[in-house]
Amino acid sequence: MDLGNLQRGYIDYISALFHEGFLDSQFTQLQQLQDESNPEFVLEVATLFFEDSEKLLNELSRTLDQQAVDFKKVDAHVHQLKGSSSSIGAQRVKNVCIAFRDICEETNKEGCLQQVKQEFYLVKSKLETLFRLERQILAAGGSIPIMW
Amino acid sequence: MAKRWVSFADDKQCMGRRRSRNVLLVLTLLCCVSCSMWLFWGSGSWGILEKLGGRDLRYPRKQILFDRFNISKYHLRSLALLISSLEQERFFKCMNKSIDDVKLSSSLLHTLAEINAEVDHNQGQENLIGSDIFFEGRCLMQIGCDGAAKSSLPDNIPEKIMRSSANMDAIFLKFRQQQHYRQHSKGSGKWSKKLLFLGIIFGLSVALWIFVSMNATITERRKETLVNMCDERARMLQDQFNVSMNHVHALAILVSTFHHGKQPSTIDQQIFAEYTARTAFERPLMSGVAYALRVLHEEREQFEKKYGWKIKKMETEDQSLVKDDFNPEKLDPSPVQDEYAPVIFSQETVSHIVSIDMMSGKQDRENILRARANGKGVLTSPFNLLKSNHLGVVLTFAVYNTSLPPNATPEERIRATVGYLGASFDVPSLVDKLLHQLASKQTIVVNLYDTTNVSAPIRMYGPDAAGAGEMYISGVDFGDPIRKHEMHCRFKHKPQLPWSAITMSVGVAVIVLLVGHIFHAALNRIEEVEDDYRIMSELKVQAEAADVAKSQFLATVSHEIRTPMNGVLGMLQMLMDTELDETQQDFAKTAQLSGKALIALINEVLDLAKIESGRLELEAVPFDPRDILDNVLSLFSDQSQAKGIEMAVYVSEQVPEILIGDPGRFRQIITNLVGNSVKFTEKGHIFVSVYHIEEVRNMEDDQCETLSGCQVVDKQKIWDNFTLLKSSTEGDNAINLIVTVEDTGVGIPQDAQSRIFTPFMQADSSTSRTYGGTGIGLSISKCLVDLMEGEIGFVSQSGIGSTFSFTAVFKEASKSSGDIKRHYTDSILSSFQGLRALVADGRCIRARIIKYHLQRLGILVDVVTKQQNAVQTIVDCCSTSGRSHIDMFLVDKDAWGERSGISFPRFLSESLRNGVVMHKELQPKMFLIATSLNPTEVYDLKLAGYVDSMLKPLRLSMIVACLQKALGMSQKRQPTKAKPMTLQSILRGKNILVVDDNLVNQKVAAGTLKKFGAIVTCADSGKEAIRRLQPPHNFDACFMDVQMPEMDGFEATQKVREMENTVNKLIESGDVSPEIYGNSRWHVPILAMTADVIQATHEHCLSKGMDDYVSKPFEEQQLYSAVAHFFESDTIDRIS
Repeated sequence: MDLGNLQRGYIDYISALFHEGFLDSQFTQLQQLQDESNPEFVLEVATLFFEDSEKLLNELSRTLDQQAVDFKKVDAHVHQLKGSSSSIGAQRVKNVCIAFRDICEETNKEGCLQQVKQEFYLVKSKLETLFRLERQILAAGGSIPIMW
Repeated sequence: MAKRWVSFADDKQCMGRRRSRNVLLVLTLLCCVSCSMWLFWGSGSWGILEKLGGRDLRYPRKQILFDRFNISKYHLRSLALLISSLEQERFFKCMNKSIDDVKLSSSLLHTLAEINAEVDHNQGQENLIGSDIFFEGRCLMQIGCDGAAKSSLPDNIPEKIMRSSANMDAIFLKFRQQQHYRQHSKGSGKWSKKLLFLGIIFGLSVALWIFVSMNATITERRKETLVNMCDERARMLQDQFNVSMNHVHALAILVSTFHHGKQPSTIDQQIFAEYTARTAFERPLMSGVAYALRVLHEEREQFEKKYGWKIKKMETEDQSLVKDDFNPEKLDPSPVQDEYAPVIFSQETVSHIVSIDMMSGKQDRENILRARANGKGVLTSPFNLLKSNHLGVVLTFAVYNTSLPPNATPEERIRATVGYLGASFDVPSLVDKLLHQLASKQTIVVNLYDTTNVSAPIRMYGPDAAGAGEMYISGVDFGDPIRKHEMHCRFKHKPQLPWSAITMSVGVAVIVLLVGHIFHAALNRIEEVEDDYRIMSELKVQAEAADVAKSQFLATVSHEIRTPMNGVLGMLQMLMDTELDETQQDFAKTAQLSGKALIALINEVLDLAKIESGRLELEAVPFDPRDILDNVLSLFSDQSQAKGIEMAVYVSEQVPEILIGDPGRFRQIITNLVGNSVKFTEKGHIFVSVYHIEEVRNMEDDQCETLSGCQVVDKQKIWDNFTLLKSSTEGDNAINLIVTVEDTGVGIPQDAQSRIFTPFMQADSSTSRTYGGTGIGLSISKCLVDLMEGEIGFVSQSGIGSTFSFTAVFKEASKSSGDIKRHYTDSILSSFQGLRALVADGRCIRARIIKYHLQRLGILVDVVTKQQNAVQTIVDCCSTSGRSHIDMFLVDKDAWGERSGISFPRFLSESLRNGVVMHKELQPKMFLIATSLNPTEVYDLKLAGYVDSMLKPLRLSMIVACLQKALGMSQKRQPTKAKPMTLQSILRGKNILVVDDNLVNQKVAAGTLKKFGAIVTCADSGKEAIRRLQPPHNFDACFMDVQMPEMDGFEATQKVREMENTVNKLIESGDVSPEIYGNSRWHVPILAMTADVIQATHEHCLSKGMDDYVSKPFEEQQLYSAVAHFFESDTIDRIS
């Protein structure tokens, strides 16, 4: 695949991500923060986000599985997750978290969690694809196109 | 009699005592009245006091209720209506399902119906409403939960319901309390009415008592009068009788002496009659006297022979049959008896009884026998006298032939008796005569009785008709121990009604009733007022609830608008960061400006809502007023430069460097005023001046012309209206500032000036069309000024301009209260300390402003007004080395007319050409100060030899930057950046601690800050942050997440501040040398990172010891504004 196609594909892909609401402006800002001195910044942050979030999700499902659900803990976890996702610009995860915090006390805790998990893994795969694309572009010797 | 007198004296005493008793009575009455009054008022005022107390107690609770939960029964009711209309069916289902108790559920049905049907607020139903709301709330909760579960209700309702239900009990309690209070006040009203009734009854009985006692007094006095009169009459009668009797006695002795003692007798009938007639005045009570001789039977014939008539007997034994045509000749001769007592001598008045045997009359006979036995005068019982037919008594004395010893026995006396002297008393005529001599005989009736026979007293005198009223009896002693006489006296007329007593008591009764009526009316009035008060307080509660609801609504709406507006603005900012063409850029910019304006407006509305609901409280923190003014000016510098308006600020030297007050609000007021001025001014100037009030009071008319030379209105007129200026009442360390904002704008039309401080009022509607704005700013400013205990006023003239002026009261800060945000530090000041500057300007006020700014830096300033003098001074200092060296020379672009400043150096060099030697290195650095400069002018001035130019409005930070650059203090200045103060420049090289437990957030924050050149250290808990921030450390700032597990940001900040304070104290006290800590005063700026950007949180941050807050994720603009405050001056400091 030649570089031009790769770059065009990258732009299409990232535009779609924004368009579908997976990402928001915060991600753009993160990308802006990335420069020569810190070339892997976005990747680093994203990786951190993935690890952190997976840990949190595990904690969450463990907490919710218990007989007496400690809502304080749940709330704290969801808050954390919300914070991280808004930091990285994972808008949909953030929105689901907000919704989760509002209604998790009621019913279908499992359903809520499932939704969060689903969104998280969705954005994770999307971002991983994005990074893979980036790497390919870089490997091909091109530069990552900037669309802002 | 003596006894009577004594009793009379007693009565006198009694009278005295009675008088004093009357005084006592009046006193008691007064006491009673005042007592009842006191009781009455006392109960009234206690009631009021209790009520006040109750109110005071209730008030905070209610306040808390409103403050914390912002709900009222109206909220609840509206909520009920909302839900019932939304969810009628569900409601009933809910009730049936959730409430087992059938009774309760039916009552709830009833409740809902009732609430929907607008229950009115009378007292009876109050309780019902209270409980209604209570139950309603409980049920609402059920519905709420139910509704939320099915997600068919708006999201926020369940939450609100939860909150509402939590307060249901509190509200219910409040209702109960109100009812209780109401009952209580009713009870006290009834009680006082009863008291009043009792008081009136008491007063009336007092009146009655007065009547009774006075009446008794009067009766007693009347009786006394009667007694006195009766006694007087009896005494007189008795006296006169005694006198008469004595005389009869004397007559008896006379007869004994001259008739029996002489032979022959010297007395015959003729002598006796004449003598007795002539001495009749001696016996005023006697109708006549006669002398009868004692004749024994054996002497009868001899006696009859001697006198030549027969002894006759009285016609009958009963004297009552005596007739007028009494003729003794016709009488029969006396029958044979043991002895006779024929009358031989008689007074002329009774001559008809001569020759009649006195022993033949029954009464007379008894009399004679008694008289001769005891030798004293004796009286007969009353009988009809002979001939006169008047009732009378006969007094008889015995005449003895020898003088008897005083203790002679009756037998001796009888034996010695020779005759009898009789005298008849004609009682009626006697008493009549006597009574005639006495006064007030008309008022009383006198009866005289012979009471010898107690069972059948014989009336001797007086009418037989019984007189009215009571009777008094006095005994009369006529000297005959056997006979008893009594005098009966009574008043002729019935006693008059006791008018004085009646008047008095009726008067008292009337007064009592009147007072009672007054009190009754007062009680009614009080009750009415209490009712009104209750209604008012209910209305007040309603009004407050409405007001709270309104404010709440405003606050909520404003907040709700702000949140999406932030999104809009952020998006616009991002949009503008993307590649846009000119038109798009312009559109985006306009949109952003509009959005910012909208946000500003919403903030204003929020402020107004806060002020109106009284929730705006002023801070009291130390601040630098000069710094604030610079700040305001820099806000408007772009606008003023664009319009070409000259803008300047001047703060008098008398204003302390640091004041304690609310800098934010102070800034807001000035910003509002300056903003208005900028908005309405197209040419000329805007001049902000701050004076200490004492200066203004003593200020003479300013000789200087105005800043731009344009005409301005006379601000003295505003000041004349300020009361603060007139009265010099200042607290211990209170500082009264007077701030004046003067402009040369369009001015305010005369007719609009009156409503200028009314919210949402602009001068006229066309103004808002031309200039925009809501007109809310000035009213907020007025409120804020009021809060600062100041006054605001203005003078404006159409076409000339407006001047607004306000006063505000601040406290002078003590030296130690540092910790204020300032744009410069002492080290900057010291770097300029001792430099000399020459300011040349044709307008002294402009020069004064420049001087003011330079003096703040510690620069010594000389001012010259004439161009020639300026040249001279410069030449002087250049030629003579060492003395009066001048480091800088500042001249206004229009110092002596249009653009004359630019040409000044040429003027200077022309002067120098005249053979004056100039030491190049001694020549002062020249600065041009201008309102605006176009590129050619910039070129010109560089060419002319100016080092740099300063654009007005002058601000300290700008002057500092300019001077540092020009004087070579800023070698490390950012070479490439056009803007000196970007985020990058202020953050470069800074050590910043980022505290966040969320690693991703931490990373992003760190990345962002690193991007701006900061050296970032991360900490992932509050505890670690504290560890790292233990002085000494080398962090310039700390960004702290608010929400963290274990220890949140606020707590960590407080801990850090505590540590810093401890260290600062140690350093201050000298226990630890500052060198160890590397800094003499520790206060690391801590900025909160929060996703929740609302006003309350901001204030919360400040109150918790944080310095500011930034939103998360970082927004460049906001980050800059937050950070700039701490680092701007530091940057300069560090660079220098």
